[in-house]
Amino acid sequence: MTDAREITLMRGNEAIGEGAIRAGCQFFFGYPITPQNELFEYMAQYLPPAGGTFLQSESELAGINMVFGAAAAGARCMTSSSGPGFTLLSEGLSSLAAAQLPAVVVCVSRAGPGLGRITSSQADYRLCTRGGGHGDYQCLVLGPSTAQELFELTHRAFDLADHYRNPVIILSDAILGQMMEPVATEALPRQVAPEKAWAVRGKGDQPRKVIKVAPHTDEELIAWNVTLKEKYDWMCEREQRHEALFMQDARVAVVAFGSSARIAMDAVQRARQEGVAVGLFRPISLYPYPGQALKDLVQAGVGRLLVVEANNGQMIEDVRLAVCDAAEVVHYGIGGGHIFSPDEIYREIARVARGA
Amino acid sequence: MSIQDMEVVYQKPDAMTDVPFPYCPGCSHGTVHRLVAEVMDELDITERAIGVTSAGCSVRSWRQFDCDMVMALHGRGPAVATGIKRARPVSVVFTYQGDGDMAAIGTGEIVHAASRCERITVIYVNNGVFGATGGQQAPTTLIGQPTTSYPAGRDPKESGYPLRMAEMLSVISAESYIARASVHDVAHILKTKKAIRKAFEIQIDGRGFGMVEILAACPTNWRLSPVRCMERIQSEMIPYYPLGEFSSRGKEGRS
Repeated sequence: MTDAREITLMRGNEAIGEGAIRAGCQFFFGYPITPQNELFEYMAQYLPPAGGTFLQSESELAGINMVFGAAAAGARCMTSSSGPGFTLLSEGLSSLAAAQLPAVVVCVSRAGPGLGRITSSQADYRLCTRGGGHGDYQCLVLGPSTAQELFELTHRAFDLADHYRNPVIILSDAILGQMMEPVATEALPRQVAPEKAWAVRGKGDQPRKVIKVAPHTDEELIAWNVTLKEKYDWMCEREQRHEALFMQDARVAVVAFGSSARIAMDAVQRARQEGVAVGLFRPISLYPYPGQALKDLVQAGVGRLLVVEANNGQMIEDVRLAVCDAAEVVHYGIGGGHIFSPDEIYREIARVARGA
Repeated sequence: MSIQDMEVVYQKPDAMTDVPFPYCPGCSHGTVHRLVAEVMDELDITERAIGVTSAGCSVRSWRQFDCDMVMALHGRGPAVATGIKRARPVSVVFTYQGDGDMAAIGTGEIVHAASRCERITVIYVNNGVFGATGGQQAPTTLIGQPTTSYPAGRDPKESGYPLRMAEMLSVISAESYIARASVHDVAHILKTKKAIRKAFEIQIDGRGFGMVEILAACPTNWRLSPVRCMERIQSEMIPYYPLGEFSSRGKEGRS
């Protein structure tokens, strides 16, 4: 447990930075883009005194490829971006996954498409969970919803990345990034980055090592993909995380992640006070999607799912895949930077609960 | 005289593997690989060297150099090398890139690696075409030179002028060694080796960024015999791409 002295008021973006530094992050490479700049600047200010290196790259493409190099050399490293910049760095996600290199990549999403605007949005859900880069690959994707969780899951992401030797994405958004909340930073230990036997460091008197993004033969590429698939299956089995609230006797569940889940929580509490049998299902891992838990809820009697997300309907695909036709699935969301009020979500809950 | 009695006067450098070269007959990559490996032997850096390959024919160089190797995507070699070098300052880090890789899709990465004065060595092989993809026009293709993407030859009104990367990088105010060399005859091959050595030494001494541009032949995509290719480097490439050292000291404060 922590006491009051160990609680710091931080923006969500800063909480990510503090989580990274405490996890033993040694390198941050990145390029400015709003609304992630506070994270970038936090790393510029606090990573060097902690013994790490901050480097402002000339682009997101260069930044993610610097991450690739430092990860190949065995360092714990991170980059962050938003919207258009995340599209660019997705090139490197494919090669990090191909080479099985660990890294933590943050998306503080803004409203698109195109250059869009810097207002908050969850329209990068598909970009983060479905790839963006080429080929069969998957990143672990975590979707925190408070500054404390941004801090803790970023810290955890470094361990997960090393454990699976795979990139891990933290999907945040402008609301979470800019909002200031108390964070208990002493809740997690300061870690030292582990030694990695597979990293390149100059062969010395050992056999040489090669970090590959291309195999030498067709057979090698097929075997490589089989290995990756086994790893992704293993991740799917072990890394599904979610939070379920007010689910006892619920007939309706709001499904929402990140900042939308925060706003939906107010609406769900109000609806409960007024006697509506509604709960909140909040996926914490977005890949793998916590589909089994959602399926279990439906089997336990939840007949309608109201998917609330700040986009035109992206996570709803994962909800439908999880429950198939066993429940009615309804989307509520407006793309382009609309910020939900608890009232409008309450109205949707009431409408769905009535079966309208 | 039995073979045991013979004196070995020429052999593979230790920094090369036993894997046969995968390149076309007359391709200059073999010569350049050997020069890099000889320099690695002479400087005794193979055990602490980390090489970075590029996209294109030379992606296969990971099989040739007997040191730790990392594959980079198209043009991103200098960014990957930056990450490695920052993480392992005691390592000797080099990229091996072609002109399709470095002078086109990788211009951002090479320019900024040079401007940051990254302590890395860049071996830049300029044969004026995209080789692995089948002979398309590169940023370095000479005016009038036919390629599969512009069969009538490069027209500057249509697609601009060939990029002189060594000159471009040499105006950056960071300490660097930047040279252009050629491997079209023995005398020039020896000069190329000296330039490669200097491009490694500036890194090893911790002074700055090293880059050697090496004019090279691609008989397959030039549609010329290997011998005619060497003649063409002399008669057509060198007049546009002058050889020499463009930067061999710090230029801070130079007007």
